[in-house]
Amino acid sequence: MFHGYLPMILDGLRVTLSVAVVSLAVACVFGLAGASAKLSHSPVLRGLAGLYTTVIRALPDLLLMLIVFYGGQILLNRVATAQGWGYMDVNAFAAGTITLGFVFGAYLTETFRGAILAIPRGQIEAGHAMGLSRGQVMRDIVIPQMVRHAIPGFTNNWLVMLKATALVSIIGLDDMVHRASLASAATREPFTFYALIGAIYLAVTTVSILVLGALNRRMSRGIRSEARA
Amino acid sequence: MIDWTIVREMLPAFWHGLQMTLLLLVTSAVAGLLLSVPLSVARSARSPWARWPVFGFTFVIRGTPLLVQLFILYYGLPQFGVIRNSTLWPLLRDPWFCAWAAFTLNTTAYTTEIFAGAIRTTPAGEIEAARAMGLTRAQVFRDVFWPGAWRRALPQYGNEIIQLMHATALASTVTIVEILRVGRDVYTNYLKIPESFGMAAVFYLGLTLVLAGLFRLLERHFLRHLDPRASATPMPEPVKASAHA
Repeated sequence: MFHGYLPMILDGLRVTLSVAVVSLAVACVFGLAGASAKLSHSPVLRGLAGLYTTVIRALPDLLLMLIVFYGGQILLNRVATAQGWGYMDVNAFAAGTITLGFVFGAYLTETFRGAILAIPRGQIEAGHAMGLSRGQVMRDIVIPQMVRHAIPGFTNNWLVMLKATALVSIIGLDDMVHRASLASAATREPFTFYALIGAIYLAVTTVSILVLGALNRRMSRGIRSEARA
Repeated sequence: MIDWTIVREMLPAFWHGLQMTLLLLVTSAVAGLLLSVPLSVARSARSPWARWPVFGFTFVIRGTPLLVQLFILYYGLPQFGVIRNSTLWPLLRDPWFCAWAAFTLNTTAYTTEIFAGAIRTTPAGEIEAARAMGLTRAQVFRDVFWPGAWRRALPQYGNEIIQLMHATALASTVTIVEILRVGRDVYTNYLKIPESFGMAAVFYLGLTLVLAGLFRLLERHFLRHLDPRASATPMPEPVKASAHA
């Protein structure tokens, strides 16, 4: 049915999932940094974080990806020429994951910020009043509840990002979409292969929804349902 | 640093790209809105025969990348002789039609879920009160049920339309010359980022701000009843109770 191309497509799934997981890690770093900046006392940090989330969310992902990919190429080569390293190619995997991470970090910034703000201020004050250190307040009061509040938004962002990984094929990464186009060209059966990868994406999103839904229920056990966000 | 002669020379091309982006956005947004009103009602119906097919549709569309949907329509469908010989072939062969169809399906799925969520949160008492007042089912739908659901859905619907505008950038992958395609072509010719992708970014930023402003006006119009009372009409000074004076 797939003319022997199935293993190649599944290997492409491995690439797609690696891009998604690495991008998610990068996005979490940007998201946490962004959320801390937005909640900080420094007006400079708050302004920078505000600029970051506003501009990123106002532009299409594909455009941002092309800017980072081609812009990174030019920047890297300027540095490389200055250092006398010769011509360098931007690694498509690095460009793709950094861009996706940077873009979705802006969305996660809002998710994390909302999750921290959802914790009643009095709990943190009570923690300090009980003589807990700042680290202890963070570890025992803020973070466990923040994770719970962040899960629904986090799930949503993960699903959007997983689907956005399809765009890395445009900047030349050998992911599942790119493999499908190769197999389509070779067999002249584009519908078969694009429908196949569509089904694979659907399977991955379905599993993600089930797993993160179960995690959400586990983190929210002991919370009355009307209080659940 | 920015070569303004390139910018000036390419401005008409970007202007055309903007018109194409807007055309794609408006046609798919209108079609999506018209489709999602009945679909969201079906999605929240009591009958499983109405509910499940709509859920299946939104689940599949929301669970797969738009790029793959677009490729299935544009590159995939011609695989079948039945389609190449059908009367719809002149349409399905056209990249513009395929992009429009993909964006419409996509925004319909997301908008249906947004509206269905707004329908689910309709207070039962509103409908019961309207029925008790003797309104017909059609009147209840038109005058009570839908206006309320629309108001609850409006903020999220605004976000969806902005996302749809960003999604139209994918049309550049099937040979349609919209803003991003123009940016990519300028980059290929001059290898300069600010004059190509930077210009495209300025156009998208402008479009986003305009759409966000438009929805803020719509929200102000439809959600005026939620304003704090003081900002609407100044209330007369309350008369102080004299008993405690």
